[in-house]
Amino acid sequence: MIQVRGLTKAFGPKKVLRGIDLDVAPGEFLTLVGPNGAGKTTFLRILATLSRATGGDALIGGVSIADHPVQVRRNIGLVSHRTLLYDDLTAVENLQFYGRMYDVPKLDARIDEVLRQVDLYFRRHEPVRTYSRGMQQRLSIARAILHDPQVMLMDEPYTGLDVQATAMLRTVLQGLAASGRTVIMTTHDLELGLEVADRVAILSGGTIGFQAPAKGLSIHDFRRIYAEQVAG
Amino acid sequence: MNFLRKVGAVAWKDLRAEWRTREVFSAMFVFALLIIIIFNFALELRAENARVLVPGILWVAFTFSGMLGLNRSFIQEKDRGSLEGLLLCPVDRSAIYLGKMLANSALMALVAVFILPVSFVLFNLSFGALPMIVVVTALGTVGFAGVGTLFSAMAVNTRAREVMLPLLLFPVAVPLIIAAVKLTAGIMDGLPVAELARWWQLLIGFDAIFFTLSFMTFDYVIEE
Repeated sequence: MIQVRGLTKAFGPKKVLRGIDLDVAPGEFLTLVGPNGAGKTTFLRILATLSRATGGDALIGGVSIADHPVQVRRNIGLVSHRTLLYDDLTAVENLQFYGRMYDVPKLDARIDEVLRQVDLYFRRHEPVRTYSRGMQQRLSIARAILHDPQVMLMDEPYTGLDVQATAMLRTVLQGLAASGRTVIMTTHDLELGLEVADRVAILSGGTIGFQAPAKGLSIHDFRRIYAEQVAG
Repeated sequence: MNFLRKVGAVAWKDLRAEWRTREVFSAMFVFALLIIIIFNFALELRAENARVLVPGILWVAFTFSGMLGLNRSFIQEKDRGSLEGLLLCPVDRSAIYLGKMLANSALMALVAVFILPVSFVLFNLSFGALPMIVVVTALGTVGFAGVGTLFSAMAVNTRAREVMLPLLLFPVAVPLIIAAVKLTAGIMDGLPVAELARWWQLLIGFDAIFFTLSFMTFDYVIEE
């Protein structure tokens, strides 16, 4: 579903990504971890077509992000630690706006469906600014899945969430994985990342230094490998 | 048709959010009103000099208050993180430009709807000139919002973004402002249409050229 080949990104003289090669199978959940400044967010922003790669390319569903960004955007949903929502609009109004932009068919029914999925139906007519951080993040997921994308990109979705909201988001994420979507999630939380993923990868020094199936990898071993990779 | 639906969605979203808070409109209206009142007292306008000065005062009020709205147009999106959501949408980015430009024009026009009658009363002007001045205001507003929306998107990624917009926009908008002021003055003086033709041409030409340029270049401007 996702094929990344020789992806590089430089900001002036500073090389952030130094030739990333990565394949993610349809329906696979990949957790990408790495230290601050490793380039995780830059990598996801390039896949989401929000930033241009300096070199290399990526195919999402067989479509090049460099050549056909509009077509790629139709097939991806992005969740980040920023909600990408409009605080002064209600949940329904936010989803109506995004639904129109994505040409979502039978929009009203779809909005009801995703709001029930993230357990926000009962607050649907209240402005987003009255929501807790956890509720906003759940609505952000509803926004990202509204157009039923095959690929979900999640950049530190747990940032700023309390324990209860984290647990709820974890349930929502597991639901996403079960729905057969391809997911790439970046996180600093190794344990949580390992728990929800099919495969884990470590991005360090601008390259993928390690990747392995999550099944059979203990958190103890993962922490050790992570420390070795980050230490260089 | 689909393109226009996207344009409408962006404009609807901006105006709906503004309707909830009325933050930007209130600031624009109060600022424009203050400009009119301050000039009224500062210049001690009399009937003989009012016609000379009022067109300039009106356009200072419209453009300076419009600047407040244009400044917030992309800064709000950037600060609350919704700009990325907007750019993620699978649409031609010129639809985003057009939607934002329509919303900005609507806000500026709404300010003018309130400010024009107040000015006519305050400066003791004849209401007979009002319909044609409304046409000039509409054309001037569209042109100013058109180029201002582009520069607002350009300024949002700079460090001194609030300061940057007026520095970028006013030099470019000078021909539009001059044409609008000359037309307003000419209409107040009751000059024949033929005598004002070149100012109409300049105003409409500016609108057409800068709208087309902004429409075509927005995608590159908003790109990181």
